[in-house]
Amino acid sequence: MSGPLYLLLAIAVMAAATFATRAASFLLLRSHSRHPLVLHLGRYLPPAAMTLLVMYSLKDVSVLEPPYGLPHWLASAATAAIHLWRRNALLSIAAGTGLFMWLQQSGILG
Amino acid sequence: MFGYVPLGLAFGVLFAQLDYAWYYATLMGLIVYAGAAQFLAVGLLGAGAGLVEIGLATLLLNARHVFYGLSLAPRFPPRGASRLYLMFGLTDETYALLASRKPPPAVAATRFYLLVTALNQAAWVAGCTLGALLGGALSIDTRGLEFTLTALFVVLVVEQARAIRDPRPFLIALVSGAVALLVVGSEHMLLVALGLAMLLLFLGRRRAYA
Repeated sequence: MSGPLYLLLAIAVMAAATFATRAASFLLLRSHSRHPLVLHLGRYLPPAAMTLLVMYSLKDVSVLEPPYGLPHWLASAATAAIHLWRRNALLSIAAGTGLFMWLQQSGILG
Repeated sequence: MFGYVPLGLAFGVLFAQLDYAWYYATLMGLIVYAGAAQFLAVGLLGAGAGLVEIGLATLLLNARHVFYGLSLAPRFPPRGASRLYLMFGLTDETYALLASRKPPPAVAATRFYLLVTALNQAAWVAGCTLGALLGGALSIDTRGLEFTLTALFVVLVVEQARAIRDPRPFLIALVSGAVALLVVGSEHMLLVALGLAMLLLFLGRRRAYA
């Protein structure tokens, strides 16, 4: 599928899905917001979800063939290290992405 | 706060590779307004993914937002357009700002929240638009730019690790993700892994309080 109608429908679907997730806690959980299980998930689900999203974004990286996902691992480690060091999200993302693009485009790792 | 300009720029440049008109990137920034989901959508749209798939992926990716509202809901105005806009604009970065900073004493809280949210969105929309215009006009080698998404998630994990100081949710995610990859493969990994992680978190809590 392609074309402007497809794109517009896709944008509408994304807008609805995004708003649904943001509004859900205000609408559905209002009466349960002090429930211990809700508080527990509210605290521990975000770190688990973020970790899963990293894995998800790397899920198609082939670790068995050259370059064994090396550009991904190196750039991810660099992003984390720079973020621990300076704690500036923008700097970390830019540096990590820059390193990755250079590794990919130069073909230095094969 | 202005981190959204360069991130939006990166999205716009990637979006331009799809060969749609630039103003669709602006439209996405205006009515979707979700950084990670928009990056993910570039890949899905490029592959001509179905609308159901796009909707599900967006729901999953933004499921973390369900929990953002919990701590902020009591502080937001009880009803009206202000509340709706604050709910709509509760992105990762806006949440982090609103949860960590108190409004200055001289400013009404609702006004402060609205201003932060609107400035963030303005930065994002400007970034998306500029990026799409630039990406369409210049011929830049964008190979590897998609790593922005991974880098964004890595930063979010580091931020969570600093706030939580407990390895268990991260280990639970690693195990869930690995099991899901092995059992259902990469395509449906996220849904299965999230469900498994929630189950393990639930069981872990029951044991901790038993």
